[in-house]
Amino acid sequence: MSSEIQKILTTDGIPLEESLRKAEKKNKLKAFLLVCPLLLFLIITYVFPIGDMLFRSVDDRMVTNMLPKTYKAMENWDGKDLPDENVFEAFYLDYKKLVEEKTFGKLATQLNYEKNGFKSILKKLKRKMKKFEEGDYKEQIMSVHKRWANVEYWRALKRRAPAYSYSKYLKGIDMYEDENGKIVQVPEDRRVHKILWVRTVEVAFFVTVLCFLMAYPIAHLLATLPMKYSNLLMICVLLPFWTSLLVRTASWMILLQQQGIVNDFFVWIGLVSDDNRPEMMYNKTGTYVAMTQILLPFMVLPLYSVMKTISPSLMRAGKSLGGTPFIAFWKIYFPLTIPGIGAGCLLVFILAIGYYITPALVGGASGTLISNQIAFHMKSTLDWSFASAMGLMLLAGVLAIYWVYNKLVGVDNIKLG
Amino acid sequence: MSKNSQFVRFDKVDKSYDGKVLVVKDLNLDISEGEFITMLGPSGSGKTTCLMMLAGFETPTNGEIYLDNNPISNIPPHKRGIGMVFQNYALFPHMTVYENLAFPLRVRKVSKGDIDKKVDKALSMVSLTGFENRMPGQLSGGQQQRVAVARALVFDPAVVLMDEPLGALDKNLRESMQYEIKHIHESIGVTVVYVTHDQGEALTMSNRIAVFNDGKVQQLSSPDKLYEEPVNSFVAEFIGENNRFAGQVTEITKDKCKVKLNEGSEILANPITVKSNGEKTIVSLRPERALINSKEKMENNFKGKIEEVIYHGDHTRVRLDLLGNKDFILKVPNSSANMEIKLGNQINVSWNSFDARALDPK
Ligand SMILES: Nc1ncnc2c1ncn2[C@@H]1O[C@H](COP(=O)(O)OP(=O)(O)OP(=O)(O)O)[C@@H](O)[C@H]1O
Ligand SMILES: [Mg+2]
Repeated sequence: MSSEIQKILTTDGIPLEESLRKAEKKNKLKAFLLVCPLLLFLIITYVFPIGDMLFRSVDDRMVTNMLPKTYKAMENWDGKDLPDENVFEAFYLDYKKLVEEKTFGKLATQLNYEKNGFKSILKKLKRKMKKFEEGDYKEQIMSVHKRWANVEYWRALKRRAPAYSYSKYLKGIDMYEDENGKIVQVPEDRRVHKILWVRTVEVAFFVTVLCFLMAYPIAHLLATLPMKYSNLLMICVLLPFWTSLLVRTASWMILLQQQGIVNDFFVWIGLVSDDNRPEMMYNKTGTYVAMTQILLPFMVLPLYSVMKTISPSLMRAGKSLGGTPFIAFWKIYFPLTIPGIGAGCLLVFILAIGYYITPALVGGASGTLISNQIAFHMKSTLDWSFASAMGLMLLAGVLAIYWVYNKLVGVDNIKLG
Repeated sequence: MSKNSQFVRFDKVDKSYDGKVLVVKDLNLDISEGEFITMLGPSGSGKTTCLMMLAGFETPTNGEIYLDNNPISNIPPHKRGIGMVFQNYALFPHMTVYENLAFPLRVRKVSKGDIDKKVDKALSMVSLTGFENRMPGQLSGGQQQRVAVARALVFDPAVVLMDEPLGALDKNLRESMQYEIKHIHESIGVTVVYVTHDQGEALTMSNRIAVFNDGKVQQLSSPDKLYEEPVNSFVAEFIGENNRFAGQVTEITKDKCKVKLNEGSEILANPITVKSNGEKTIVSLRPERALINSKEKMENNFKGKIEEVIYHGDHTRVRLDLLGNKDFILKVPNSSANMEIKLGNQINVSWNSFDARALDPK
């Protein structure tokens, strides 16, 4: 139908659409140039690092590249019995090269991640290798240490063959791929990550709830109080933003430690006895208290900005129509604040789930979160690919929450201010 | 059933927000059952404050308000049974029109069937049938307004308060809404307390009008009396158009007084607030009470020079320079007899002493 409609022409005889496009092209270019710096900034600081993280988390080429001949020879090994002589020979040649290049240490570290005990036998092999004679490497290697005759170690070696692997992700949720390629849980006593994940979600959830319970009345007061009082209150709410996070956390440590002010007070009023002071620091309690305080403004501000827009005459209308103050609040005021609640909860939850400094300082052993584990692997074990994998899992979790939230409440309903 | 003439009673009510200024002073006001009473007055004169006290959102600083002879100061707002139309509509934005109207019925635990019936009736009353499922945001200003009116009436309150309910509407919609509200009032006999800035609206709709100024009721009377017989110069000035002469009383009897104007001449007037010789006064005269070239013999007769002529369709407004008042307005019906109204002409203007009201000088 539309093709039958005559093309509208400008007074110069150029089709209108075309001339419009021309006119807008310039504007579009201008707009693009204006956002260019930001776009570049985002790409450099956000897209690249995350892309790099994603790559690192699956990248397993290091071992693959170190043992090229071995893996080539292993291709037709079925993994049931010990490999043939040619595999041993290839391994010997690869390893010899590594020893010459002095990079064999890395291999030892990597293989040790895969199976404990690799490090020592590799070291031993390095020492004994100098006296190796040509031919029959299988016998010679196996005689270095009895583990070399254990097929488990060769299977572990083969598992590192693929250039890319998702094993780090499995490790993040306490699983691994066993000898038969089945995905199974690690032994009970070594399941550390699952506890951390659960604890992280739990802490984030309860911190969100606590923040909400405290922020709602504050925000309401802020929105309804006369200007001069509300400004003062607003400053009190924002004060935490103006002091360093470390200072605030440290002050919580002073307050909550066993010989701290809060405990002194409890003893003074006789709530607890002096020799039985509760531990409120270096456990989950400390994490809860400090994080709630630190994240409170992120809940107050969205709530406040939404409440500010609710006309007081709505509550009055509700009451004049016969609703008790409670009904007026529950049926009128509360539903209107839902966008603010959604925004605040999402914000606090997402911030809490990736929180790092506070749990690290006040959390102790039972109060640390997944982000502390990530930091540990980045700084101490230097297993960056594992840290990346966990970081990405965290990111995916946040995106999933966002998606669920969008389904339930609708992102358009969010109001940040 | 006889109607209670003191259905709502403000008894010596004072109100101050800050403890320094009284925004309502010694308010005494009786409103009878089924009456349509309008509060009219300039901005900040305390009208909304009065409604808020009646509805229960402000407490009187002093005095008491009675509803059907019961003091209501101690009854919380939601138990007063007073419907209110707020200046800004105050429709609940997250509820449909139906839910908005059903709200007061639901909190009163009315059964579902009855709610449906009453909502239907209320919506047809404001001719909005079929809009049940719209959200308030999807309605035009006038429609929202009508929903607000319907919501204030749907639970059969004894009193309905309307605070400038038509303030935001265009002239046509405003007029048709005025008619509708008036019609609703007449058909269900509810007591209405209405606030407006628009004196035309007040004059056409009300049984009685209370003119507020400075926290006080200046005059409380029917629309015609208010217009024809203002009791002080504020009311005379505030309601309708008005020609004023400032002067001093030189002679006074029971129903006539002589006033010497500041520029020298003397006019005869009707003494309303003035009591004795020598008092300062402002004489107020409605434009339509002064005639040009009248055949009748009238007590006041003066010549004035035409300064401006404004054509208004059915009549012409003429501005004269008369007795030192350069803004003397006349309304002349447009008929062929008045052809001599030309800029600069001198014409004869006359009026009766009864229509020239000698009021307080302010
Ligand atoms: N909450 C309040 N706190 C302090 N002063 C107030 C408050 N509400 C009103 N006032 C003051 O009280 C006076 C009367 O206000 P009110 O709202 O009753 O006027 P109004 O007659 O309704 O005016 P308008 O026609 O402009 O609506 C005004 O001077 C106003 O500044
Ligand atoms: Mg008002």
